[in-house]
Amino acid sequence: MSRADVCVVACAEAFRGDGEILAAGIGGAITVLAARLARLTFEPELLTHDGVCLLTGDVPALGEAPEVVEGWLPFREHLWLVLNGRRHVMLGASQIDRYGNTNISCVGDWARPKAQLLGVRGAPGNTRCDPTSYWIPRHSRRAFVAEVDLVSGLGTDRGAYELRRVVTDLAVLDFGAPGGTMRLVSVHPGVSVADVVAATGFELDLPREVPLTREPSAEELRVLDRLDPARLRDREVAA
Amino acid sequence: MIKLMTAERVAESVESGMTVGIGGWGSRRKPMALVRALIRAPATGLTIVSYGGPDVGMLCAAGKVRRVVAPFVTLDSIPLEPNFRRARQAGEIEFTEYDEGMFMFGLLAAAHRLPFLPTRAGLGSDVMRVNPGLRTVRSPYADGEELVAVPALTMDVALVHLNRADARGNAQYLGPDPYFDDLYAKAAARCYVSCERVVDTADLLKEGPVQSLLISRSMVAGVVEAPGGAGFTSCEPDYGRDEAAQRRYVEESREQG
Repeated sequence: MSRADVCVVACAEAFRGDGEILAAGIGGAITVLAARLARLTFEPELLTHDGVCLLTGDVPALGEAPEVVEGWLPFREHLWLVLNGRRHVMLGASQIDRYGNTNISCVGDWARPKAQLLGVRGAPGNTRCDPTSYWIPRHSRRAFVAEVDLVSGLGTDRGAYELRRVVTDLAVLDFGAPGGTMRLVSVHPGVSVADVVAATGFELDLPREVPLTREPSAEELRVLDRLDPARLRDREVAA
Repeated sequence: MIKLMTAERVAESVESGMTVGIGGWGSRRKPMALVRALIRAPATGLTIVSYGGPDVGMLCAAGKVRRVVAPFVTLDSIPLEPNFRRARQAGEIEFTEYDEGMFMFGLLAAAHRLPFLPTRAGLGSDVMRVNPGLRTVRSPYADGEELVAVPALTMDVALVHLNRADARGNAQYLGPDPYFDDLYAKAAARCYVSCERVVDTADLLKEGPVQSLLISRSMVAGVVEAPGGAGFTSCEPDYGRDEAAQRRYVEESREQG
């Protein structure tokens, strides 16, 4: 069992209870595996897609084409679905603050950025209309900041629809602290609470006892090995 | 009417200061032959409306652009577009930054000749801060909800690349995603279609169903036959993205930086 295995399961847990909606991973191995693992285990009604524009009837391994197609989701339908809300997306973020406001647009002053990143993409609409979770593969003070340079994704103080959880290479967090601020939910095996606090650039709500993030079951590990035999997931996690 | 013309003719018809919409998405089915012709043509000070990819980056690098209207600029398999980044970081261009869904509503508004369409996407985000001209509207019904009024993304010219077209401008996509090319055609005063192959009208349905006929000739001012005309971006099913060529583009951009 690797740290990445724990991270995939922690991300998959974000989709628990979602039922018959699209579980959308933003890309890369971990979020895509999380949606597919959840569908193959505890959340079988989930819809998942191939990363292009097909809703898959089966659940293929990473990089494989589906054998069964159950629907069509070109970009225009995806953008419709965002507004409709039957979708839970796991996004990335270059910066995140204690309310869960996130930035993927640029670093520095927007008018003339130090570093132009992607642009806001669909983050404003996603966070306003759909349940949203985040996967941040490197938990650091560079990412967990007191104030984001530009709000792409809405935090709990700006009208987010629902921020479900944040999973990093170190921990699971949510926004259950007073005022909708970030709270430590669990630390991954081998990580201390002090590690998480040291890597976070704002005050984090700490419960008196912080549990360990649950480890994958034997069945989950079997499913992951089938979905990702090349272990691409390990490349996404530094630890 | 036969509307066949060259990429050069299309590019010469673009005047300085015009608003030019470019179809496709990221590094997918971009009308690169038309974009390259536009780079060689005299027009400058353009406003580019695009789900941005290398089209935006190349036009920025060529000094053609005054303003970019986009929700992102990306090469997909390479997340950040180097020439767009440089232009932004050097303060060379203005930027209208929208959410992806807002952008679609701007296209839909223009296609339907509406002044705006309301949406929730954008509310609460800094899209409202960095676009101080954006306004909200309140629903006139019992809900009274406040919504973003996305202004119509009207354009002088739209450039799109499809798989097939006939000489009159009926255009067909054969890949899995139409992107928003039909909306660009409807949002623009003049739309130019480049295509992999010009075919007889009677042959259009030999390769795809009637639903693949994305753009009607009534929306098209000119047709350019440009085999490989989306390269290095993808044009499924005729060809995928030329990843090696895209990497070379990024490396060359770094050397020039």
